[in-house]
Amino acid sequence: MTWLLALTIWVTLSTGLYLTLSRDLLRCVLGLAIVGSGANLLLFLTGRIGSGQPPVVPLGETVLSQAANPLPQALVLTAIVIGFALMCFSLVLVLRLIERQRTDDVLDLRLAEPPGGDGVKPPLPTPAADAREART
Amino acid sequence: MSHPALVIAPVIIPLSTAMLTAWAYRRPALQTAISLAGVLAFLLAAIGLLQSVDAQGHLAMQFGNWEKPFGIAFLIDRTGASLVLITALMGTASLVFLLSDADPGSRHPLTLPLVHGVLAGVSGSFCTADLFNLYVWFEVMLICSLGLFAIGRRIDQLDGTFKYMALNLVGTLLLLMSVGMIYAATGHLYFGALSEAYATLPPGLALALLTALTLAFLMKAGAFPLFAWLPAAYHTLPAPVLALFAGLLTKVGVYTVLRTLGDVFTPAPGLLMEALGWIAVATMVTGVLGAAYHWDIRRILAFHIVSQIGYILLGIALNTEAGFTATLFYTLHHIVVKANLFLIGAIVWFWTGSYDLRRVGGLYAARPLLAVLFLIPALSLVGIPPLSGFWAKFLVLQEAIAQGRVAWTVAALLVSVLTLYSMMKIWMEAFWKPHPEGALAPVQGRIWPAYLATTSLAGITLWIGLAPQHLLAFAQAAARSFNL
Repeated sequence: MTWLLALTIWVTLSTGLYLTLSRDLLRCVLGLAIVGSGANLLLFLTGRIGSGQPPVVPLGETVLSQAANPLPQALVLTAIVIGFALMCFSLVLVLRLIERQRTDDVLDLRLAEPPGGDGVKPPLPTPAADAREART
Repeated sequence: MSHPALVIAPVIIPLSTAMLTAWAYRRPALQTAISLAGVLAFLLAAIGLLQSVDAQGHLAMQFGNWEKPFGIAFLIDRTGASLVLITALMGTASLVFLLSDADPGSRHPLTLPLVHGVLAGVSGSFCTADLFNLYVWFEVMLICSLGLFAIGRRIDQLDGTFKYMALNLVGTLLLLMSVGMIYAATGHLYFGALSEAYATLPPGLALALLTALTLAFLMKAGAFPLFAWLPAAYHTLPAPVLALFAGLLTKVGVYTVLRTLGDVFTPAPGLLMEALGWIAVATMVTGVLGAAYHWDIRRILAFHIVSQIGYILLGIALNTEAGFTATLFYTLHHIVVKANLFLIGAIVWFWTGSYDLRRVGGLYAARPLLAVLFLIPALSLVGIPPLSGFWAKFLVLQEAIAQGRVAWTVAALLVSVLTLYSMMKIWMEAFWKPHPEGALAPVQGRIWPAYLATTSLAGITLWIGLAPQHLLAFAQAAARSFNL
């Protein structure tokens, strides 16, 4: 069972990393989501695998035997919620970028770092980018 | 204030301020008042916390009164408390600077709640003693900083946001996976229990786990070769937020490397520390060379963040009490200096209307006091005595020489010379040469809060420089309490 899960995690992480390395914005974000799922699966595996008994102490007893480890489940739940929020944000961000730039190619996104002019000095900022109105 | 409340104050106060400022969304004046009151309360609490921690060694709290090692714990020692205080100071300086008209950005109503969210994330990371909780604070920081990048809505900001997000997300996922694997190997997340369990781990497994964890932290710290997100995005931010990020965010990554390799997982594997030393040298060199190419003040300074991270990591890689002392001293000095340089850059923008050095000039003739104000942090960054940077570099290099690390020492000294070149470039172009259009155009706007913030930060730099013994004694006490 552990090996099966390990194989699943390996496949998930490889798929995610392959997509993340893509130049396509949407694929990159989807790849990150899949890597996130792989990380969650890994967290899930960090408890013991095997017992399906709920970690609830019966009335009158003080010690649990043969129960599942509840901590990784709490950790996974936290990670899923955080990952979900980040995914929503990044999808909106990517859609906005594609909408504004009419391209989904990362190589065309050189707005924050415009490519060099003569190779010795970086290009001068456009007067519009310097203007007070543009920065306030 | 009683102690239990003091331990959670660094997190509770910024979080409540974030909530209250979000609630005052439609009333800018009220929102600003709440924000300033919140950050001043944070500052007072941080001072109180530092005093108690200095008297008692450390303060701890187990949430929900679970016995150690179960449950989530906060444990604030001298290192954590001093970093919380510097976080509060930087928050105050940035929020005061935001009152001026020097590049304040769009003044979007969500700016203030997000800034307080970042402060909560940063100080949460400094306080926690639980590995998974640390991951959560990293995510709080990441989400709030992404918001601050994106709310400007300019296309270059969105572009920067994407690059910042994609690379940082890989970092946090790597962190999450390493935390999971460390839990699987040891069965613990609490620092104290991890420290004990580490001794029983097989060396090969320990090296693999710690390498993954350190790699994730180094990505956050902006170390070579994983710093691409930093110069790609930082310069798109409005100045006060940029100064806050430049001062604090990468330093959280550095702090976590120090905490894990210097305090929790000790003695750290020698191979990892050796690698960290060379990474530190590569970080210094690439950062300073990147800065030499640029002509935009913000982009020059952004690359210098990377370069200075190298010096701080070098202190950790030396792996002795003196090395950790130097790291803490360097971090505290560097946060103040770096944030101040970005803020002064924004004042230059205010008077001249551009950040590009080819478009500005003549400021020494027009504003001689601003020129002096710039020289204090600039020369401190280089390490000219008697400013604070000299003592910081002296401490790192003294220990490097004592350990016979000639290559690391020579590299660090050469990088200092190149740093001097960058700072003199800004000095010659922005202050010394005449303005390209003859004279400065007159500007309208409120600038006194900007001067208030930058002068206070310069005062701290001067204080550390002229009387380093106080901070040095404190940093030594902090490093001594580490679990070496």
